[in-house]
Amino acid sequence: MAAVKQTVEHVESLEKYKHGFVTEIDQEFAPKGLSADIVRFISAKKDEPEWMLQWRLDAFERWLAMDEPTWAKVDFPPIDYQDAYYYAAPKGKDGPMSLDEVDPDILATYEKLGIPLREQEVLAGVQGAPRYAVDAVFDSVSVVTTFKKELAEAGVIFCSMSEAIREHPELVQKYLGSVVPVSDNYYACLNAAVFSDGSFVYVPPGVRCPMELSTYFRINAENSGQFERTLIIADAGAYVSYLEGCTAPMRDENQLHAAVVELVVLDDAEIKYSTVQNWYPGDPETGKGGIYNFVTKRADCRGDRSKVSWTQVETGSAITWKYPSCVLRGEASVGEFYSIAITNGRQQADTGTKMIHLGANSRSRIISKGISAGKSSNTYRGLVSAHPKAKGARNFTQCDSLLIGKTCAAHTVPYVEARNGSSVFEHEATTTKLSEDQLFYAMQRGLSQEEAVQLLVNGFVKDVLQELPMEFAVEAQKLVAISLEGSVG
Amino acid sequence: MLSISNLRAEVDGNEILKGLSLEVPAGEVHAIMGPNGAGKSTLSYVLTGRDGYDVTGGTATLNGEDLLSLDPAERAAKGMFLSFQYPLEIPGVPALTFIRTAMNAQRKARGEPEVSAPEFLKLAKATAASLKIDFDMLKRALNVGFSGGEKKRMEIFQMAMLSPRFLILDETDSGLDIDALKIVSDGVNAMRSPDRGMLVITHYQRLLDYIKPDRVHVLSAGRIVESGGPELALELEREGYDKYARAA
Repeated sequence: MAAVKQTVEHVESLEKYKHGFVTEIDQEFAPKGLSADIVRFISAKKDEPEWMLQWRLDAFERWLAMDEPTWAKVDFPPIDYQDAYYYAAPKGKDGPMSLDEVDPDILATYEKLGIPLREQEVLAGVQGAPRYAVDAVFDSVSVVTTFKKELAEAGVIFCSMSEAIREHPELVQKYLGSVVPVSDNYYACLNAAVFSDGSFVYVPPGVRCPMELSTYFRINAENSGQFERTLIIADAGAYVSYLEGCTAPMRDENQLHAAVVELVVLDDAEIKYSTVQNWYPGDPETGKGGIYNFVTKRADCRGDRSKVSWTQVETGSAITWKYPSCVLRGEASVGEFYSIAITNGRQQADTGTKMIHLGANSRSRIISKGISAGKSSNTYRGLVSAHPKAKGARNFTQCDSLLIGKTCAAHTVPYVEARNGSSVFEHEATTTKLSEDQLFYAMQRGLSQEEAVQLLVNGFVKDVLQELPMEFAVEAQKLVAISLEGSVG
Repeated sequence: MLSISNLRAEVDGNEILKGLSLEVPAGEVHAIMGPNGAGKSTLSYVLTGRDGYDVTGGTATLNGEDLLSLDPAERAAKGMFLSFQYPLEIPGVPALTFIRTAMNAQRKARGEPEVSAPEFLKLAKATAASLKIDFDMLKRALNVGFSGGEKKRMEIFQMAMLSPRFLILDETDSGLDIDALKIVSDGVNAMRSPDRGMLVITHYQRLLDYIKPDRVHVLSAGRIVESGGPELALELEREGYDKYARAA
């Protein structure tokens, strides 16, 4: 097997994280550290109304009194919250820009990342440019949002959060913090105080959003955190499919990404939210660097027959702490969670979902596929609960773990609470090891070791991949393969 | 075609093959028979390059090309095919996807263009029909939930699709009822050709009623201890392996 070993070594020696470059541009920072003044600085930078500043300051006060959560199965040295920048923005014109006004270096960055920002090209059907609208968030600010006009014609609002605060204060005030309250948890509270930008979507009653929406988050600046806040509202009978992607340069320091995503779904509305998370995972050998991805995502299925579907492909970050959840308040509301979490090298992931059944006949479905390789640790943590009023609630959970190699770990921590007699909860879990037998079988048929691992892993995650919008499923499949390169030796 | 000379191999430090020599010329079918533990399966794994089967001496070549320095995929691309005694289940990967991926990997290694979708489907449909395999079964995850007989039929299906130059059948008759045995044997016989060699590894003579060998070899304690024509298989059926076990 000398040749196989050589191939594996060759692949290992390649730079696996291809998004690890840094864009050299002039940036503006807030002074280092965190204080009420920094909160005021951020708010002033964004030209926010007084109510927004007060909201932030209130959050900051509460955050000071809170402690970091310690229950997750992750291990990291204490974070010095004073040793980071809480605002970093490319220098230039404030506020939303047209494409011509955006720094060409930033445009080049997105081009390099394969994110289509030029509507004309997308419209003209330029090769490889899928037709979807993008909000591009670079460090702390949104640099450009595409297809706004066409979306506006359909009545859909798609803009940066900063713009929404200025242009649609009534909607923001009504819904911001209504799903994830300010003091929900330590990181969400920090986010409420210092959040910089993010995306805002409002789809009016009865409207089916005419295209996929997406936000692409890029951390570029050194020693800075990214704290974006996303709010999506699907009014009665509306439908929207939204995707977020994220990457960051390779750096030796850990960087904090503490985002909050709130989804509000009214009667008969549906939101499909997909994530392809590829933050820099840190050095696979030493574990140095990488993003701490401490994210709070929650959907409130307020309306009857409302539906939310979370699909996530988590391949990056040094540490992932993330539980996209559904509060199934409406009668016959539906929550879904499809997840692929891959850890390799020294990565740690503690991820899963919460399905909180409050409405009668609400239904939920959880399909989680965890893959661990290298010296990584991968934990599924999930809660399924039914309130006394949630008569006839149903849940189906399937949690599968795949281990590659001998030095990784997989854990499954499901919590199930039914407080009424008519709920039906099903839970299935499996843990398997990628077997030498299967690998040899595929290799005997002509597949290289890497191809064999890819094929077997793709088979393992297929149920989840097919939940992603088509154009992203292909990307995600490639990403899965890249994340596991060199995992078998 | 296949030429093995004084081959020695060990597993976990135990020597299993102890100087095995064998020639299978193109166009011929050779049977390897022998008692349990003689090294029959080890031979098939050593020839196909399985990890953990360490060659400590000797040579094995296919049409003069060294096999032992190649990895399993490279050997497959050269035309080595092993029909497994216990075919593996591949969850989530449809049989057709698996075979097409394998076919293209082999073609790529040989510098040939990929098979086109219509071409592949046409071949798959015709092959499935000849092996009495329901085409819908090929859309299911490979071997998952298949019966023993179905799994063996899938092995033959893969073999027919990949059209290898040299076939090794490891205990292909185990777990087959008489009808399935007939279908499988017909499939194998259809692949006999002047430029293809076959090695049929079996414990029982039964399979050789259907796949008629040109030569029969007795493998015992890691060596070929006797070779003969098809009549040797009948003799073994009558008298058992005792005399060879003692001889070794």
